[in-house]
This record gives sequence, C-alpha cells and structure tokens, in this order.
Amino acid sequence: MNMQMTDPEHRIDSLDRRIIIATQDGLPLVSRPYALIAEQLDIPVAELKQRLQRMQETGVIRRIGVVPNHYALGYRANGMTVWDVPDERIDELGEQIGALDFVSHCYHRPRKLPDWPYNLFAMVHAHTRDEALAHVEQIAKLLGAHNRAHDVLFSTRILKKTGMRLNP
Amino acid sequence: MTLDSLDRQIINQLQTGFPVSDEPYAEVAAALGTDEATLLARLQILLDERVLTRFGPLYRADRLGGAFSLVAMKVPEDKFDEVTEIVNSFPEVAHNYQREHAFNMWFVLATDSEARVAQVNAEIEKRSGLPVHNMPKLNEYFIHLDLKVDDQDELS
Repeated sequence: MNMQMTDPEHRIDSLDRRIIIATQDGLPLVSRPYALIAEQLDIPVAELKQRLQRMQETGVIRRIGVVPNHYALGYRANGMTVWDVPDERIDELGEQIGALDFVSHCYHRPRKLPDWPYNLFAMVHAHTRDEALAHVEQIAKLLGAHNRAHDVLFSTRILKKTGMRLNP
Repeated sequence: MTLDSLDRQIINQLQTGFPVSDEPYAEVAAALGTDEATLLARLQILLDERVLTRFGPLYRADRLGGAFSLVAMKVPEDKFDEVTEIVNSFPEVAHNYQREHAFNMWFVLATDSEARVAQVNAEIEKRSGLPVHNMPKLNEYFIHLDLKVDDQDELS
C-alpha cells in the first residue's frame, strides 16, 4: 500500500492552509475551540468544521488527538530496528512486521551503501531494553532467512519534537 | 509527574481521536465520566509537564503537496550541541532524536514541497560541514498510533 498521494483532490487551498497554520500548534483549551479558531480566521464555524472533517477524510489530517511523550508514559526503551531484506520480498515482509502490536511505524527506505545496508525500518517501544530486545528477536524470527543483517538504534535523547510546521 | 487513573484514561482516549463538534471537550468528558472543566485542567497540566507533546490535528505533509523524509548524520561528540542547534533551527525539522550508533542524529523533515527537502538538507550540510544521508520513505506498511498507558507502568 503506497501512501504517497498526488491526486489533486487531496491538495489544499489557501483557506485550508490558513486553518493548518492556525491549528498546527494545537487546539485551544476552551469550551468551544472551533468557534474560537473560526473567529480568529474570520470564517463561519460550520465551514471550519466541514473543512476539518474533509481533511480527516482525505488523510491530510491523520487524526485529531494527543501525542504522548514516550518516556513520560514509561516507554524508556525506544528502538529503531533496521533490517536488510531482499527488495523483491520487502512489501510482503513489511506488512507482516508492521502488523506486530509493539511496532508503531514500519517503513521501506533506501539503503545508503556501503555505510547503511538496511532497507526496512520498524520502530519498537518497550519499558526496558530487555523487553525491546525480545521484540527484536521476535522480528528476526519472523523474517527468518530473509534477514541478511540487522541492528537496533536506541534513542538516548529527544532533541526536538514539534511535529509539522508550515511557515505562515 | 504521577499519572492517576483519569490521566491515563484521557491519554488513551485522546490518542484515538477527538470530535469536531461545538463543545468537543464536554463530549469527551462525558464519555470519561468527568466534566469539561476537569478535562481542560488535566490536559493543561499534561501538556505543561510534557507528558503530552502535542494536542490537536496531526497533519500529513505528504498529503498536502509536501514531503516527509528521515535524515541521518554522523556527528562528532564535540560538535553535537552545535549541530543540534543548526538542525533544530529549521521549522521543517519536525522531530530530532539522538541515537546510539555511528549515525547518532536522526531527524524527520516535514516540508510543504518536495523540493524543499533537498534545500534544507543542502543548507544543513553547508552550515554543519557534515554530510547528511537522506532516507525518504519508499513505502509505509502500518501505523499504530496508540501507546496504551497501563496501571502498572512506571511513570515519571
């Protein structure tokens, strides 16, 4: 499933862009948040709500909600596991790995030879390193002989986590 | 910060979505068996204490004509803080993590055009004097957005 979208119906217009800029830092913590944003943008609240709904339907908005800090929730071992698997099998293998409940994101990315032979990336989150390494073993077992090499890169510090920002 | 049962319910509930309605907090509060004022106060604390890094619509750059890319760098320890400052100064850098590896800095670019990824990378190479390794996603297999907070979790 390729998620790249170039279909013009998914493109945004200038009002969508203004809505994105007004909400990308977060929703206001007031009783009627959408009414407040609509007022700031000088548009009817019904139009704002309709556009937010539409952007959710087209996937421009992945979801409306919270992004937790993994560390603060007790997930102290956050590892980027990386795998060198045959290109011709990668989609089938990626779907299997991505479906594991301890994998939050799974991507096919280009190798950077000779330094970086890995083409499959799967993020695992666990409370301890031992638990994370057990997850890595489980992925290795699932990949079997298709796993030609792998590594796990634990994060040691969040240097920045702001999410997407459009320039006004 | 110690999270109580209501905090955990709020975090779990709001990872699954938030209504687009006139009084969405009142709606969510009712579903959680609390009231709007309590929910708003708890959310403010969770954000202030950085238990939550964001609350609102999560936009996808690649669905609005732009692009996401993961970029890796090998940064010498004595230049790490300086390079962090350079990289983080770009609004297009959505996240940046230090990792235990020769490739020790990994950041995600979210740009509003495809061309901007290469521009930001070139600028970072120029200002840091270090090569960047651009690894855009070729395919995405599945996304689990929920990180469940259980009662036995050790929280800070």
